[in-house]
Amino acid sequence: MIRNPLEAILNSNKREEKTMSKPVVATTSLAGCFGCHMSLLDIDERILTLIELVEFNKSPVDDIKTFTKAVDIGLIEGGVCNSENVEVLKSFRKHCKILVSVGECAIMGGLPALRNGIPVEECLHEAYIGGPTVQLNKDGIMPNDDELPMLLDKVYPCHEIVKIDYFLPGCPPRADLIWDALVALVTGDPMKLPYEVVKFD
Amino acid sequence: MENTVKQIVEKYNTNRNRLMDMLIDIQESEGYISRDAIATLSQLLEMSQADVEQTLSFYHFFSTKPRGKYAVYLNNSPVAYMFGREAIKEAFEKSAGVRFGEVTSDGKIGLFDTACIGMNDQEPAAIINNMVFTRLTPYRVRELVKMMKEDKPIEELRKESFGDGKNYLPSLRSMVSSNIRRKGMILSDDYHFGTVLREKLPTLSPEGVIGEIKHSAIRGRGGAGFPTGLKWEFCRRAKGDKHYVVCNADEGEPGTFKDRVILTEKPELVFEGMALAGYAIGGEEGILYIRYEYRYMKDYLEEVLHKMRKEGLLGTNISGIEGFNFDIRIQFGAGAYVCGEESALLESLEGKRGEPRDKPPFPVERGYLGYPTIINNVETFATAVRIVQNGGEWFTQFGTDDSTGTKILSISGDCMFPGVYEVNWGFNVEDMLDMVGAYDVQAVQVGGPSGTLIGPDEFHRTLGYSDLSTGGSMIIFGKQRNLLRDVVVNFMEFFIDESCGSCSTCRNMTQVMNNKLKKILAGKGVANDLKDLKEWGRVLNASRCGLGQTAANPIISSLKNFRPLYEALLQKDKDFDEGFDLEKSVQASCSYVGRVPVFNHH
Amino acid sequence: MSNLIKFKIDGKECMAEAGKFIVDAAADNGIYIPTLCNMKGVKPKGACRICSVRINGRLMTSCTTPVADGMEIESNSTDIQDLRKSIIELLFVSGNHFCPACEKSGNCELQALAYRYQMMVPRYPYEFPMKPVDASSPRIIKDQNRCIFCKRCIKTIKDETGRSYFVFRNRGHKLEVVLDEEMGKTINSATAHLAMENCPVGSILVKEKGFDTPIGKRKYDKEPIGSDIKL
Ligand SMILES: Cc1cc2nc3c(=O)[nH]c(=O)nc-3n(C[C@H](O)[C@H](O)[C@H](O)COP(=O)(O)O)c2cc1C
Ligand code: SF4
Ligand code: SF4
Ligand code: SF4
Ligand code: SF4
Ligand code: FES
Repeated sequence: MIRNPLEAILNSNKREEKTMSKPVVATTSLAGCFGCHMSLLDIDERILTLIELVEFNKSPVDDIKTFTKAVDIGLIEGGVCNSENVEVLKSFRKHCKILVSVGECAIMGGLPALRNGIPVEECLHEAYIGGPTVQLNKDGIMPNDDELPMLLDKVYPCHEIVKIDYFLPGCPPRADLIWDALVALVTGDPMKLPYEVVKFD
Repeated sequence: MENTVKQIVEKYNTNRNRLMDMLIDIQESEGYISRDAIATLSQLLEMSQADVEQTLSFYHFFSTKPRGKYAVYLNNSPVAYMFGREAIKEAFEKSAGVRFGEVTSDGKIGLFDTACIGMNDQEPAAIINNMVFTRLTPYRVRELVKMMKEDKPIEELRKESFGDGKNYLPSLRSMVSSNIRRKGMILSDDYHFGTVLREKLPTLSPEGVIGEIKHSAIRGRGGAGFPTGLKWEFCRRAKGDKHYVVCNADEGEPGTFKDRVILTEKPELVFEGMALAGYAIGGEEGILYIRYEYRYMKDYLEEVLHKMRKEGLLGTNISGIEGFNFDIRIQFGAGAYVCGEESALLESLEGKRGEPRDKPPFPVERGYLGYPTIINNVETFATAVRIVQNGGEWFTQFGTDDSTGTKILSISGDCMFPGVYEVNWGFNVEDMLDMVGAYDVQAVQVGGPSGTLIGPDEFHRTLGYSDLSTGGSMIIFGKQRNLLRDVVVNFMEFFIDESCGSCSTCRNMTQVMNNKLKKILAGKGVANDLKDLKEWGRVLNASRCGLGQTAANPIISSLKNFRPLYEALLQKDKDFDEGFDLEKSVQASCSYVGRVPVFNHH
Repeated sequence: MSNLIKFKIDGKECMAEAGKFIVDAAADNGIYIPTLCNMKGVKPKGACRICSVRINGRLMTSCTTPVADGMEIESNSTDIQDLRKSIIELLFVSGNHFCPACEKSGNCELQALAYRYQMMVPRYPYEFPMKPVDASSPRIIKDQNRCIFCKRCIKTIKDETGRSYFVFRNRGHKLEVVLDEEMGKTINSATAHLAMENCPVGSILVKEKGFDTPIGKRKYDKEPIGSDIKL
């Protein structure tokens, strides 16, 4: 049932393979756990349809590291916890027509944002000096190499840094929700949101 | 200490409804309410400690930590700032050696901010151990702090002459000025107190009194404007073993101070009005609920009541009318604007947190302790006396068709002669500004923060229930003022601090809107923000009481009438900015790990 | 059932006993009005404002307002629905709701309302306020991050002498619901469980309990909150 519109596009794409280019999708994981990417892959055999339907650009899925063309849909996993995340997110905004926050981390910081409200100094101290699992760092060395991303004062939801067009809640969002959303975005149909698939956990 | 608490509890008959009084007495005698005091109180009253604390923690003037031998409460209303509050604050901090919110290490001096203390016509002003010091200057502050350090009795700190009017009286001895600048039927000196009780009531039935009040078409002077006659009638008809008369002297709306002046100059008129109301509704007990900021009037008001009892104007069979018994007690608040809301006031009277009640039922049906109760403003009671004296018909010749009688305005801000002015309803703003000597006016805040901010193109409007309705607060802002930064934010923060917190809307939306306003003020605003503010403000309409329902007004009304001020702050080249600032957000972590932030924008 | 009166909700003719609160009267007529702070059998205190309806042009809370004969109630209009959604969103941004890590997830009424109203993201910025967790009682964890100040615990969890285990502290934006320290030490297991159950969110937890219903089997996994109210 869900597959109907997609197969229709797929078929029409096949027919007009030469004339119509596939929508381009990029994905990234900022301060996330890759669980949302896993969920994207969790659409089972529909993945084959997906690969035929869209083309992946910058994404861990195909290991393309930089944008090589204009992208239609950018999927963002994870919130924004450091300066590199900010940079990546901004470049996604620049290259993608549509940006989607995928998962609780992207939407509201998610579990990494549990540190929000605690001063960042305390977090660093706990992680590198005071925490119970810190044993080897006898000299109390702090990560201060210029090559490292700089830590932000808190973990920001993506839409507080750049404009985000759509939000797919869940931790991770159900595979069906991601699938439905992609289909809707590609076909331009309104997104279906069955009760069981929109959940925050 | 335990003994002190015991005595205090006994003084109020171990009655939980008098918890406010007990807490006030403990706070005053000990300078704070200690853990031990809470433990003793809770034991004696058979409440949990946390339950005592839930009342205690609601009120600004109660504290579980010592507030200092001298506790200084400096008003933080916009008008205080306009008259030099920054310099006063600095002088206090410098000479005392602590910051606001702290107490000196020797426990002597505590400095605290406090919301408008009803002295807008003589700012900057502070309350120190219940004594009001007005028109402060840095020199005076240094002198005051010096004397506090020398442990001088509070009376000795007083160097100014007493204020005008009755402020010199031995039981008041106050530096506060009444600043009456225009008199009408209430503030005039041509009424002989007691005339109505003595001469009129014997000729009038309770229904007759209500009839006159109804005929006069007077509406409540506290702001909401409910027809007073109807209220009294509903209450008289409501079934209950007892009926109560409550006078609302909470006067918490920033910029209002006329009730202070009425209670200083004409307290007998107010009490007579309450007795009159008691007669009308069939009630024998009256309570004056008055804000703690006016604690300095306690002895004076008690003395007036005492005198009235002696003269037979309070007590039993008043004016020889069989069964007309009435007496009044005074209940102080403890620093909570919302307690001016009538049902919150009742909760506070019952010794609880000042959380407004759900309505219906209304207080006239179920009020104090569940009994039918009328609650009226100070000015309403005072006016009622003149109405009954001269008849409802006489009263209607003053004011306009829909707003009869006079209104006492509290006028402050950028003008030559701040003070109280009693005018007929129907007065227009332009005339008012000329009356008080206000030139180069940018805006007038009508009715306090919960009212409206109007600009010159609306100065032709008139004061009245159908046009500019007001409880009487008029704050004038000159051209030199920054309305958004110095007024609107201040008012929003006032509501944030004063919300009782019960409603999800009022507790949170004020904060959300103020954050957005501050973002705009920080130069991070975009056009969409103004749309958001306007829409988000509507959510507050779903709040339980007037505080929440009007809490967006500072933003909404300035946005409506002073939109260019907002627009000038917006970023023209951006349509998205949620206020994120990369450089600021990495500062703390970089300095902690010892690295210099580098921003290489590839 | 002697005292039946007639009223209308969104134009639909309804009947109920006079004096019933509007939410209950609506439910009797198969109409769901969302509630959060309200609890059956407990004196209402319109705190959450989610049950707001419009009567004679004024917003009123339907959990505290009795129906009256001839009353015309507006409940389902776009702006009232959006108001309710706004309130849900406000509650999310003003606390710290990390649903994926919350013991109440799936059984939480706030979350369930967010599902019902299809909140994908709150329109207001997250505040991430700093809020404490009190685990000093041997039985209960009181997590301020998730409290929505509905007062249900305050009104329902009492000892034999009628004293409340939970009370408010402070006011306004600084409001907290706290467990009395002394009483928290001796609270028994049944009362602690009742407190957890009565809390619509995950702000009151019984220690060493949680996540015992698998995903898919929890209260609001399959059907929206309010589904039990139908004709
Ligand atoms: C937040 C809030 C504060 C109020 N403060 C006062 C006040 O200080 N004095 C007052 O008379 N009325 C105040 N009111 C209005 C009262 O609720 C009530 O309407 C009034 O006391 C009735 O008296 P009146 O009819 O004589 O005006 C306030 C209302 C609200 C919502
Ligand atoms: S939302 Fe959940 S699954 Fe997705 S990145 Fe965050 S933690 Fe992982
Ligand atoms: S509107 Fe504000 S002050 Fe009034 S009851 Fe609600 S929370 Fe309290
Ligand atoms: S209390 Fe409810 S809304 Fe809050 S985190 Fe837990 S499940 Fe989510
Ligand atoms: S702890 Fe739970 S029941 Fe108590 S007020 Fe908070 S949300 Fe309501
Ligand atoms: S359910 Fe009615 S106000 Fe909360």
